[in-house]
Amino acid sequence: MNQPTGGHKQGFLSTNREDRWWIEPTLTGLGFIAFVVYTTWSMLQGEYYWWSAGQEGFGGYLSPFYSPLIFINPTVAGAAPAAHAWLGSFPGWWPSLIPMTPAILILAGPLSFRLTCYYYRKFYYRSFFLSPPGCAVGGVTQKNYSGETVLLVIQNIHRYTLYIAFGIIAVLSYDAVLSFFRDGKLGIGVGSIILLINPILLAGYTFGCHALRHLSGGRMDCFSCPNGKEKFKHKLWKGISSLNDRHMFWAWISMIWVAFADIYVRMVAMGNWTDFNTWSL
Amino acid sequence: MDRKFKVWRGNKKSGEFISYSVAVEQGMVVLDAVHRIQTEHASDLAVRWNCKAGKCGSCSVEINGKPKLACMTRLNDYREDEEITIQPIKAFPIIKDLVADFSWNYEQNKRIQPLKIRARDKDGNHRMFQRDVERIQEFRKCIECFLCQDVCHVLRDHNKKDKFIGPRFMIRLASLEMHPLDEADRIPAIKEEFGAGMCNITRCCTDVCPEHIQITDNGIIPLKERVVDKYYDPVMWLYRKIFKRN
Amino acid sequence: MDFSDIQTVEHDVLVVGAGGAGIRAAVECAQNGLNTGMISKSLLGKAHTVMAEGGVAAAMGNVDSRDNWKIHFRDTMRGGKFLNQWRMAELHAKQAPERVRELEEWGAVFDRTENGLINQRNFGGHRYPRLAHVGDRTGLEILRTLQDFCIHKGIHTHMECTGLDLVLDNGRVAGLVGYWRETGRFILFKAKAVIFATGGGGKAWRITSNSWEYSGDGLGMAYRAGAELIDMEFTQFHPTGMVWPPSVRGILVTEGVRGDGGILKNSDGKRFMFDYIPKIFASETADTVEEANLWLSGDRDARRPPELLTRDVVARAIKAEVEAGRGSPNGGVFLDIASQQSAEFIKRKLPSMYHQFKELAVIDITEVPMEVGPTLHYFMGGIRVDSNSQETNIPGLFACGECAGGMHGANRLGGNSLSDLLVFGKLAGDGVTNYINNLSNKPQINNLKIKEIITSATDILNRDEGINPFVLHEKLQETMQKYVGIVRTGDELQLGLEKLEKIKEDVGRVYAHASPQYNPGWNEALDLKNLMVTAEAVTKAAFLREESRGAHTRLDFEGESEEGMKYNVVIRNTSSGMVAEKRHREEPPKELSDIAFATLSELEGESSGS
Repeated sequence: MNQPTGGHKQGFLSTNREDRWWIEPTLTGLGFIAFVVYTTWSMLQGEYYWWSAGQEGFGGYLSPFYSPLIFINPTVAGAAPAAHAWLGSFPGWWPSLIPMTPAILILAGPLSFRLTCYYYRKFYYRSFFLSPPGCAVGGVTQKNYSGETVLLVIQNIHRYTLYIAFGIIAVLSYDAVLSFFRDGKLGIGVGSIILLINPILLAGYTFGCHALRHLSGGRMDCFSCPNGKEKFKHKLWKGISSLNDRHMFWAWISMIWVAFADIYVRMVAMGNWTDFNTWSL
Repeated sequence: MDRKFKVWRGNKKSGEFISYSVAVEQGMVVLDAVHRIQTEHASDLAVRWNCKAGKCGSCSVEINGKPKLACMTRLNDYREDEEITIQPIKAFPIIKDLVADFSWNYEQNKRIQPLKIRARDKDGNHRMFQRDVERIQEFRKCIECFLCQDVCHVLRDHNKKDKFIGPRFMIRLASLEMHPLDEADRIPAIKEEFGAGMCNITRCCTDVCPEHIQITDNGIIPLKERVVDKYYDPVMWLYRKIFKRN
Repeated sequence: MDFSDIQTVEHDVLVVGAGGAGIRAAVECAQNGLNTGMISKSLLGKAHTVMAEGGVAAAMGNVDSRDNWKIHFRDTMRGGKFLNQWRMAELHAKQAPERVRELEEWGAVFDRTENGLINQRNFGGHRYPRLAHVGDRTGLEILRTLQDFCIHKGIHTHMECTGLDLVLDNGRVAGLVGYWRETGRFILFKAKAVIFATGGGGKAWRITSNSWEYSGDGLGMAYRAGAELIDMEFTQFHPTGMVWPPSVRGILVTEGVRGDGGILKNSDGKRFMFDYIPKIFASETADTVEEANLWLSGDRDARRPPELLTRDVVARAIKAEVEAGRGSPNGGVFLDIASQQSAEFIKRKLPSMYHQFKELAVIDITEVPMEVGPTLHYFMGGIRVDSNSQETNIPGLFACGECAGGMHGANRLGGNSLSDLLVFGKLAGDGVTNYINNLSNKPQINNLKIKEIITSATDILNRDEGINPFVLHEKLQETMQKYVGIVRTGDELQLGLEKLEKIKEDVGRVYAHASPQYNPGWNEALDLKNLMVTAEAVTKAAFLREESRGAHTRLDFEGESEEGMKYNVVIRNTSSGMVAEKRHREEPPKELSDIAFATLSELEGESSGS
């Protein structure tokens, strides 16, 4: 009986592994698809992204998918007041083909950061590109695999998207502060806590970024030359490295939380959920 | 207690799985079982091994489809009634039975520019500090079992051995590039000849490393970032132009 | 078979063995401009050097500036019970620091001191912290450094190629016949000189830290060609090998565990080494737990803990505890570092020990003690060489590393093997260069001899039936384990010799069926010949030395004898078989004996190196 040399199976999805290697790529793949589907729907939907119990003054809950608000269509249900937007209402020249939803203007930012992230690349190359679907499992047959050298060389923009991510954290932190006010009055609600946790988790993810780890100190060959004293850069690098160790954890928890924060604001704005808070006491 | 093993027997041209049954004892590893098979059933069953303690990286095989060191894989990791499959590694040509031809790897090492160390201090010593060498000491733990080379899909599935030097040598390069006293620049070679861009960081090399070296996160990705510094980052480019740095 | 067809390769010098000593020798030859070939049974970088864990001894004085070559020399001589070749121990102590610095130049990345220098750790028998190290994988670091360096030196490396026997021309080296493991084909190396760097022969024992490669090839080949072996009775049993699970019994647990604070306890929980301090070391060894702890915490005036006594002392103490019924459940004693150091410290300083126990024994050494027992580890003895040139009594044959004898005397200090292979690897390379430069005519190859070597190898394949080489090897191991162990008696050695005679007859009847291509059965059968020479030499030498000295302990002759210091046992191949004889030692140079017998304070604080 002749078998391929070494007894290895050849071709797409072939493997001699007997464990359930496909569980991980399937679960992560489905999880990410669920996130993308929900995010897209939420973005295009364009309503119920803001809630302040009908008050128009300083404060309120804003869905992180919609922040920062650049243009606003104040006529829809659950919209923020026009004064909250950087540039007011959507202009008249806005093409009718593109939905008038504030989220569409900004979601590319965080998305580009996540899509070029070294962790996300790992799992979507595995789950979606099937290149390879698992370790020692036959990948999609490609005539001329080129990795990240040709089209995917674009992945190298990751460190620029990192700067965008910093901006997002700043904006979402400001939103978190806003959420502790309603009509100028300081207070606290479940929504405030949810919106406060959000930028913290995002920071855990962003400050553990491989590109930042490189920029902070990884690019140096010697942390303490010439005199042997420890430099601040080394401490920074160590700190970022320890976050980076659990980059996958931060990636998922921050992604799930940001969607949850959107759901929470939406549900409260729609009146389906009741927000427990100090203002209504 | 007897256990069953399915071992691939053959050479470059042909071969087949042959089942063996041998008695096993507490604490035995897969390599022990292979040795029992040699002693009791097939004295010509070819397998490489040396230290039997996970320090030399000789006994790389695929066990139930996973690249592993036979000397560090305990039999009780598998169900008692399970027939354990043992094969040679896939990414390199077979010599015989469980022995593969790793010579390509030895050729790659020769392509890498060796350490170009700065002159010694006046007292005849080199000075380096622990916190500066720790990073490269991790890479130097490598025992050259080449399991990472075997599992890397660039080499295993796509056979792009002309384009990518493989994870083992990426960390060898990293250990030189990050050496505090090294004066050579291997970044252009890492991008072009050694193919850092061919790696799509799917991390199987890290998953199989018996020394638990963070090949991807600590080795390959930092090298990719250094390539970005030099070739893809206009801010860095400007910085170098203005401050005339390299 | 037409022997003129045999594949022939010509080099100036052929190095046999690609461990630390072999590569270091090859590098030196190549740098001296010789056409250098190197063969190894395994792939490059897999040699047993990787198993050396603790460090490389060199009196650099980076951690304690009182250290210098004289104290290293004194420690080495005292550890070797003054049976070492004086000149070798001197060269070793003087040149080790420069060999270590040179490795750093070639890429080795040692652990560092606070000041950025190469860090040095304490080890058994060394007065001061002297072992340059990289965690507990120093051997790997050194071998990899040499490997990565040598591939750019134009050395012709032939991997998975095994030496069978030397070919001589009028008593001097003309070449060597070997075979490729992959194809089973034979190859003739024509060479003006050959360097053996083949390591020891620990695989003759059942419980050993050595790998299959340690079959005494160099010892066997050299002996058959007429070279003398020396000090073969001194086989070092490392006190701490793993004892459980059975399949890993013997695998090394580094002395670094004790150097970093690990203590030995018996089943009563007693720290028993305090009861086993020999008189000669009493003045330099702590006799209370308090003082031992002070030493560990860095007190320069405290004396060292008794766990760091020389390996022979500790190994015998463990054996005695086990035999007195105070052993651990699996027949060892407890080595406890968990109660002495933090988990974080252990993982950082002893990472590969941590993983070794975690993965092979499912034990977390940061929480529970290890079970350890003695394991055959190292041959102090080996091929007798000239102290300066490493040349044997056969012109053109050189030896270095573990397969050469004389440097370590009756016992080797931990860390002195890595420095040995660096120092004498280089010196062997220089010795060969000198020999070849003074060679007036090229040696000629004798075809008859080649035919004889090849026929004796192919006979094994051509037999229709015979003895299973693996089973015979196990029999040999049991015999050596039982009759030539840690403690020996004349009766047992005599009995062992008789058993060995029978096994020797069987070695002539082993067979390995099937083709010679990558055939472990055949390879094993060929190795057995050399293992037999090794086993017989050790047993005969042990029988002749009627005293207890260093690693050689005779129950029927307790203690060192006056006479014992005056000779070395030499093994020779004669027409009537293997002969062991006492060879009178020459008087040492006065300046060296002055150093060896000096007090510490007389030697401290002088400059290191040569």
